[in-house]
Amino acid sequence: MPATAVRPVRIIVAKVGLDGHDRGVKVVARALRDAGYEVIYTGLRQTPEMVVDAALQEDAQVIGLSIHSGAHMTLFPAVVQELKRRKATDIVVFGGGIIPDDDIAALKKQGVEKLFTPGTPLQEIVDWLRQRFPKGA
Amino acid sequence: MRDPKQAWKEDFESSPARDDGIESSTISGIPLQPLYTAEDRTQQPEEFPGQYPYTRGIHPSGYRGRLWTMRQFSGFATAEETNRRYKYLLANGQTGLSVAFDMPTLMGQDSDAPTSRGEIGHCGVAIDSLADMETLFDGIPLGDITTSMTINSPAAILLCMYIAVAEKQGIPASKLGGTLQNDILKEFIAQKEFIFPPEPSMRLVVDSIEYCAREVPQWNTISISGYHIREAGSTAAQELAFTLADGMAYVDACLERGMRIDDFAPRLSFFFDAHIDFFEEIAKFRAARRIWARWMRERYGAQQERSWKLRFHTQTAGVSLTAQQPELNIARTAIEALAAVLGGTQSLHTNAMDETLGLPTAKAARIALRTQQLLAYESGAANTVDPLGGSYFVEALTDEMERQAEKYFKQIEALGGVIPAIEANFFQKEIADSAFRYQQELETKRRLVVGVNEFTVDEDTPIEILRIDPKLESEQVARVRDVRKKRDQARCSNALSSVRKAAAGTDNLMPYILEAVRAYATEGEIMNTMIEVFGIYTERAVV
Repeated sequence: MPATAVRPVRIIVAKVGLDGHDRGVKVVARALRDAGYEVIYTGLRQTPEMVVDAALQEDAQVIGLSIHSGAHMTLFPAVVQELKRRKATDIVVFGGGIIPDDDIAALKKQGVEKLFTPGTPLQEIVDWLRQRFPKGA
Repeated sequence: MRDPKQAWKEDFESSPARDDGIESSTISGIPLQPLYTAEDRTQQPEEFPGQYPYTRGIHPSGYRGRLWTMRQFSGFATAEETNRRYKYLLANGQTGLSVAFDMPTLMGQDSDAPTSRGEIGHCGVAIDSLADMETLFDGIPLGDITTSMTINSPAAILLCMYIAVAEKQGIPASKLGGTLQNDILKEFIAQKEFIFPPEPSMRLVVDSIEYCAREVPQWNTISISGYHIREAGSTAAQELAFTLADGMAYVDACLERGMRIDDFAPRLSFFFDAHIDFFEEIAKFRAARRIWARWMRERYGAQQERSWKLRFHTQTAGVSLTAQQPELNIARTAIEALAAVLGGTQSLHTNAMDETLGLPTAKAARIALRTQQLLAYESGAANTVDPLGGSYFVEALTDEMERQAEKYFKQIEALGGVIPAIEANFFQKEIADSAFRYQQELETKRRLVVGVNEFTVDEDTPIEILRIDPKLESEQVARVRDVRKKRDQARCSNALSSVRKAAAGTDNLMPYILEAVRAYATEGEIMNTMIEVFGIYTERAVV
């Protein structure tokens, strides 16, 4: 334990959309937990409203979204919009799934900070979070 | 003179070994010997194809009698657009159709439901009512082709739509051939497209099996699927064991209904993954046939040979494909497809190289189909039945697969059967553990994926991606609303209330659903009617 203990970063990981492909989200959730983050997995078929509700209730700093159905251009920005509506834009949103390059650029413009695509090493996700929250929450 | 085997052993041990840290077990973690000999085989009487227990194949003539069916899974955007793709594939020598539905269709909701937003036509074709199904098969004579439909929770509805389209084409249900996936257990276990709780879900499956045994006798009523279990991260042995355990659960449910085993068992079919570990997959297919034959004959007492034979479809492993250097996926798919052929598959889907990036383009879809044609007509793989039969290695691995599966059957039985094991999260946890172990092996480079954790390039040449026109969504929404406006309202609402009554009772639901479909009730309306009676299932999510 470091001398100045900090509150660990709390992350909501959520499956938005209708598909049930939860292999990726579960592997990422476990890896983040093993890396010392507090991870809350919401389960399947969460609407943007449900995701933001969970993040606010759990006082999370980060939302990680997973989708494999192709609806990312609709649902990822909807989560960002919902955060705006609830005045919670300090919560960082990242995502993963089958997302073509052009869509990644567009999603970043709409406020999704980081997107990870198939084949990303788990360590890369952890490294990004470490850099993004160097001092914990 | 040294004993030759002893001599080999000594020579092997004194040979330098690679020290790259790469695992020499199978991708599923089965430890492998560097060499297999006659001593590694469990003693078995000599086996022949077409003979019980069918380890070497269900047909005496293998592919000499008939090649496997080249059945490419396909569907996107609207029924009209997918109909064009089907005609393209049939014109290019494809021999059967396989329908991919979009997420709202798979989840039993109409295109104008709020949660369908952004999902319409993306990972399959959007079907809301019989009107869409008529468009999907327009100009395709349903009496001359066989069609596979990948649909589960709402399977009964989509089958009824297919029957209703055939009626309009003048083809009786008794002449229809094809396969309905209809495997709800693996949805709870792996793919998670469940809607109703397990019990009413199983009732619907048994209803459709019972109905088809009478009315659609050439239809494969269920495709008991390991594919999704494997793609979710299971090992080969888990895929094999969980799938066959599901199969036995369906058999038990049908017997409980009072059906006779030989009346439905011949129409049960299976669906496996062909992953990248070549020999392990071949062993898995061979073991599957042997185990099923034994259980059907010895435990369930089936009398007809047709009931003992495990017939299966194979799809190459989507999960093995990489977004990096995607052209390499053509090579991966060819290796996997060859494993399926050497394992004796009845039909095969080969994935397109661009599927980790989006839906396949027409060109990528054609290359995938051509890969099968190359295996069938150039490679020589179809000339000899079970060419790897008798290989010390493949036979030993086949025996090992069988041992591991039997061990799982005992565990599942101890948990009280498949449904209690689902409710205890047994399968879900086993699969998640395997997926995590594999991912750790990649992270530590004990396994390599070419182009991903080794042999990478800085920048990939972008490849063309099929895009779904966003306009499609509003057009499909307008279409379903139009259908609701123009139909015979009285007939439709009567049909729906009959469905509700039947769901609350014990009648076979199929005739009621068929009438609702004919009356142009939408998929969402029929599902919601049943949800009122059956309720919905929520999973207790475990990481």
